[in-house]
Amino acid sequence: MTDDLTQLIHETRELVEDLDYPAARRWLEQNPGGKVLGHFQVYFPEELAHAAGMLPIKLAGASSALQVRQADARFAAFVCSIIRSSLESVLAGRADFLSMFVTHPICDAARHSCGVWARNLPDIPCQVLYLPHNVRSAYAPEYLESEYRRIAGVIEEVAGRELTDDALRASIELFNENRRLLRELYRIKRETPWLISTVEAYLLTRAGTVMPREEHNELLRRALPLVEARDAKSQDKIRVVFEGGFCEQPPLEMLAVIQDACYVVDDDFLIGLRWLTEDVPAGDNPYASLARAYIETSSYSPVQRDPEKLKEEMLLARIRAAGAEAAIVAAAKMCEPGLEEQVSYSRALDDAGIPHLVMEFEEKTNVFEQVRMEVETFAESLLFEFA
Amino acid sequence: MAEQKVAERKRPGDGAAPHSELIGATRAESRGLIETWWQEMSEADAEGRPVANVFVMGSIAEILRCFDLPMSFPEITSLQTAVRGKQMEMLVAAEDYGYSPDICGYVKVDVGLHLTGRNHPSGKLPRPALVVSPNTCNTYIKWSEIWERMYGCPVFVLDLPGWRGTGGSVLPGSEEFERDRRYVEGQLRELIALCERITGKTLDLDRLREVMGEVNALAGLYDEVVAENKHHPAPFDAMLDGLNYMGIANAYRGDSRGTAFMRLARDELRERVRLGMGAIPDEKYRLLLIGTACYSHFRRFLELFHSWGGVFAHSEYMSFAGGGIDRGIRYELERPIESMAEQILWSAQQSFSGIFFSQDWQARIVREWDIDGICFHGIKSCRTVSTGLPDEREWQMRTNDIPGLFIQSDLVDARLWSDAQMKNRIDAFFEALASRKAAARR
Ligand code: SF4
Ligand code: SF4
Repeated sequence: MTDDLTQLIHETRELVEDLDYPAARRWLEQNPGGKVLGHFQVYFPEELAHAAGMLPIKLAGASSALQVRQADARFAAFVCSIIRSSLESVLAGRADFLSMFVTHPICDAARHSCGVWARNLPDIPCQVLYLPHNVRSAYAPEYLESEYRRIAGVIEEVAGRELTDDALRASIELFNENRRLLRELYRIKRETPWLISTVEAYLLTRAGTVMPREEHNELLRRALPLVEARDAKSQDKIRVVFEGGFCEQPPLEMLAVIQDACYVVDDDFLIGLRWLTEDVPAGDNPYASLARAYIETSSYSPVQRDPEKLKEEMLLARIRAAGAEAAIVAAAKMCEPGLEEQVSYSRALDDAGIPHLVMEFEEKTNVFEQVRMEVETFAESLLFEFA
Repeated sequence: MAEQKVAERKRPGDGAAPHSELIGATRAESRGLIETWWQEMSEADAEGRPVANVFVMGSIAEILRCFDLPMSFPEITSLQTAVRGKQMEMLVAAEDYGYSPDICGYVKVDVGLHLTGRNHPSGKLPRPALVVSPNTCNTYIKWSEIWERMYGCPVFVLDLPGWRGTGGSVLPGSEEFERDRRYVEGQLRELIALCERITGKTLDLDRLREVMGEVNALAGLYDEVVAENKHHPAPFDAMLDGLNYMGIANAYRGDSRGTAFMRLARDELRERVRLGMGAIPDEKYRLLLIGTACYSHFRRFLELFHSWGGVFAHSEYMSFAGGGIDRGIRYELERPIESMAEQILWSAQQSFSGIFFSQDWQARIVREWDIDGICFHGIKSCRTVSTGLPDEREWQMRTNDIPGLFIQSDLVDARLWSDAQMKNRIDAFFEALASRKAAARR
């Protein structure tokens, strides 16, 4: 007999694995004339789209189930998979309902992809939201506010309706609730990782990328108490932090392999959804509030520079806060920033005496024997060492 | 047009004086200037004076020069390492340290140099006291963070908001441009304060105006140099001598020696045009290069084109890696910092982030430089210039009927060069160009 939670996770998995974005299509049916904004990794202030009545969804690539054909001919060979699969989703008709696309200057490939999108999808406004790289400049908050207002102007045009401050405040509240629920999910992972597997937690998070936020909140509100009520015992597994899932996502099967040997007590999967680490007080000027939150109360990733948040120190802090014994430091194949950061992470972990496994992955991998061997060997050696 | 016809008629041996003393002067001068540049960097390092690491797409030499900070351009020093054939040991040193074979080779050559004692084939590579990293290539920022960790030096990221996608750039005069400009101007002022702290000097505005005046002059001359290649035959190859022009435009930006060099280059090119001297002996095809050359096989790369009578009459490289000065930098000296913010922002949008949306620029160059075909050279090292090249090629063929060749290798990594494959594709491209020309004549 399947319990409620298992059923819920099963449905969530079906939703996440369906390459045709069924939740977005349902939303369009329910909202005739509604518009969907697709944004690329890592962070986008979805509140702006939501407040204008659009449905924001995150384009976070696709698994090996998506056959990338057309997009492969658009990009050079040495470009990561998520760039190709995100475009393929649209070219192949999987996400053909988009009314607007936004990418960010997170990396050279993502910046280029806007040009490729614009040439191939002339009917979809393709925009670059220029999030600041010099966040510690005294001028960055004002700049970012103005950039948010600029993109809000484009959104208003596409949505065909005004984006009012009041609507934005309400959207910020809704997304605050979403972030609170995700923080709660991660607290459970950290404190009682035997109650929820890595794959389950991932699915519950990932669902937020493809469904309306109201529905995602509802999903989390249903799931979290069921997780906490689970009757499960702690097992003899090492506690690890997984780092390297900020942009391209590792395949679910790879996470399953990892969870067989480890408790992933914290991670950076889809970190954009959890980029703002505290509630955003909407205040008089909600644009300025969102901008301030992006800079002041935010997480870290290899593609966002902040000299006051050195990434290896942030990783060490994450490991300590999660009570982890070790780390898996991964990078997506061909991901320039991820591969570069991997070296500094690995060096810092060496210096701190924290065991770690360095690995590469690709979203479309479908053979996991090698990963299994590496993870099991790593976990076993640590269990032996800690015993 | 009339000038072109004259140029076409006059070939060496046509009666014009073939031995003007200008011919060859630019190459000799550039060798001397590069040696001097190395000498200045090495001396500064030996004397413990601060050196700044900067990048070709947005060096902000205008400010650094006012603080007498010698500038090291790691992209240029990595390129030189490859041209001197020393890059593979550096790549291996960086890979042994942990860097992936799949990241930018310039970064790895440089990391290798730093890990092995900073002994560059041309001199001692200085350790940076300051890094100015524009966002014009994201890898610049990651690269800068490596030095930050190695040396604990301050890294100043100069954030230049770029092209915003469909609908083009944020145009000067618009409210959005003004907001971007304020951000850039604010950062320039913060950079000045940082330089003042590092050097203990105060910015001299008159000196800044002087330097900016030199940049104005350099930019005007650089434009003229690039435009000389509209002549038939093209007096220089954008991938060969063009590289020298770019190198000097970067290393001597804002320095009167750079301006004098560019004047010399322009004069030599005019002389070559007058004499009908082409970059290659028998120009048959005029090409535009998108991407960069392959420096691990530099001679061979060029030979594969030159042997067919193909000359690179222009390259996008000369635009973005020339520091964007070809896109019309004209500083207003009475308001130097405001004007610098404006112009740097504009050139960053047009030249640096414009490369992601460059189809219209390419089409214009094809028309104005009378280009026969575009070579898109995708380089594994550099997603900044290479990511969307197959799409650009297809776009140009489909939309503008411009023939294009797409090839892939690397800037510096010799392991990624496949001679037979390169030759096959390049030969096939020229054969197609030949048939096209023949058909057009019929
Ligand atoms: S996986 Fe890396 S290289 Fe690819 S889009 Fe994301 S950040 Fe850029
Ligand atoms: S990625 Fe390209 S532009 Fe950036 S540093 Fe490397 S070679 Fe230069």
